[in-house]
Amino acid sequence: MNENLKLMFEPEFFRAIIFPALIGGIAVTICASLLGVTLVLKKYSMIGDGLSHIGYGALSVASVMNLAPLKVALPVVIISAFILLRLNENNKLHGDSAIALFSTTALSIGILVSSKAGMTNDVSHYMFGSILAMSKEDVIISVAMSIIVILAFIFLYNRIFSVTFDENFAKATGVNAGVYNMIFAVLTAVTVVLGMMMMGSLLISSLIVIPSLTAMRVCKSFRGVVIISALISVTSFLIGMFMSLLMNTTPGASIVIVNAVFFIIFSIIGKLTVRN
Amino acid sequence: MNNLISCKDISASYDGMNVLNNLTFSVNEGDYLCIVGENGSGKSTLVKCLLGIKKIDSGNIIMGEGLSQTDIGYLPQQTQLQKGFPATVKEVVLSGCLNSRGYYPFYTSKEKKSADESMQKLGIFDLKLRSYRELSGGQQQRVLLARALCATKKLILLDEPVTALDPLASAELYSVISELNQKYKIAVIMISHDIQNSVENASHVLHLKKTGYFFGTSNEYLKSEIGSRFI
Repeated sequence: MNENLKLMFEPEFFRAIIFPALIGGIAVTICASLLGVTLVLKKYSMIGDGLSHIGYGALSVASVMNLAPLKVALPVVIISAFILLRLNENNKLHGDSAIALFSTTALSIGILVSSKAGMTNDVSHYMFGSILAMSKEDVIISVAMSIIVILAFIFLYNRIFSVTFDENFAKATGVNAGVYNMIFAVLTAVTVVLGMMMMGSLLISSLIVIPSLTAMRVCKSFRGVVIISALISVTSFLIGMFMSLLMNTTPGASIVIVNAVFFIIFSIIGKLTVRN
Repeated sequence: MNNLISCKDISASYDGMNVLNNLTFSVNEGDYLCIVGENGSGKSTLVKCLLGIKKIDSGNIIMGEGLSQTDIGYLPQQTQLQKGFPATVKEVVLSGCLNSRGYYPFYTSKEKKSADESMQKLGIFDLKLRSYRELSGGQQQRVLLARALCATKKLILLDEPVTALDPLASAELYSVISELNQKYKIAVIMISHDIQNSVENASHVLHLKKTGYFFGTSNEYLKSEIGSRFI
């Protein structure tokens, strides 16, 4: 145990592996939790999950065909996000079943292609993530993304609130709700693709959903939910990372478990404060 | 009497079906117009056209001087997802000020004052810091009504405001709406299923039917053939 810890703070190892992972990870968790607040409140939670499976399919195909993974996965997932949001808006094909349809199909394509090419091992880390293998490019993109998302939340905060709380009213006051939904689709898609490299496609939706759910247990205001969920997700990420290095567990799964523990604690606090 | 909104021969369709045909009516300052009609008669489509969310196929909607379609204070039908929404009353009411502002990220003190005034008019000022999801159905409607007031000076449009309320809360909401109309001279357009109660409060009635429509004062409506059949 102590050896792990010692290795962790070995200057060279820290600089090359741990530091980029921490920076990239914090950036992605902030994006996921901020976007998550709106997605959860609009009942779009499953979109993150669906998109990550679609992303897995795209990444598998990309690596079998020897293409740059991000360059294939990003456009595919962004387009899918548009389609899924659209399907959610008109109720003919129900949003949640549409997501299941798309995501399982894409996942199957990914599995088929990679197993035929005998590359299951190569792509399996997209399933479970490998945060310590984040490249410099991934980290830079993640940080840029998180800056965009944070700025969007600061400057468009009131409009985001209005569109999230009541799309019809927002439209009536002249807010172009369609444009905001599109911005959200693109930002979510990018966050999901970056997040799945880190957490794996199986766990990324937890980064989107759990922090905001946790914050909602105790917060009475929208502003509170936004701020607390970002803080919770960063804290969970740091604790989870530290635990995984210390006890040699999978980082992605450890982070999710810490998030879940926070959820339980906050639920109890929420229950107690309501009763008083 | 100043004209706030007048519709001339407007027609609109929904899902390819013609639901509004050559409809003509107008709302003047201080009016209380109640729009009734069975399901599918085009009430919701009309609301969207008035708000400018939906384009009309033909005809004209003329807004009064200095009024634009985004200056209508709108109270939409409540959605299921709003009921458990984590937001304070203040946050919800302030979001009504969005139509009159640019991209400056924070609300100004003038906007905060206008939100406070709206809350006072509706008697919910003491709920200001409470969470929206903890309120009763009637209180939630008042909050949304206060938000609508922030978005307007002259005209509010209410889409079935009492649908989910019990009789007592409905009666209270009706009296609040009448007060806004009489004391603060805000014109009201209200879509309603509750013909009896709404016509009692209204000054004018627009009754939409699958074919044709009635538009006139409530007294005319009560005497008309169509009105006497429904009341």
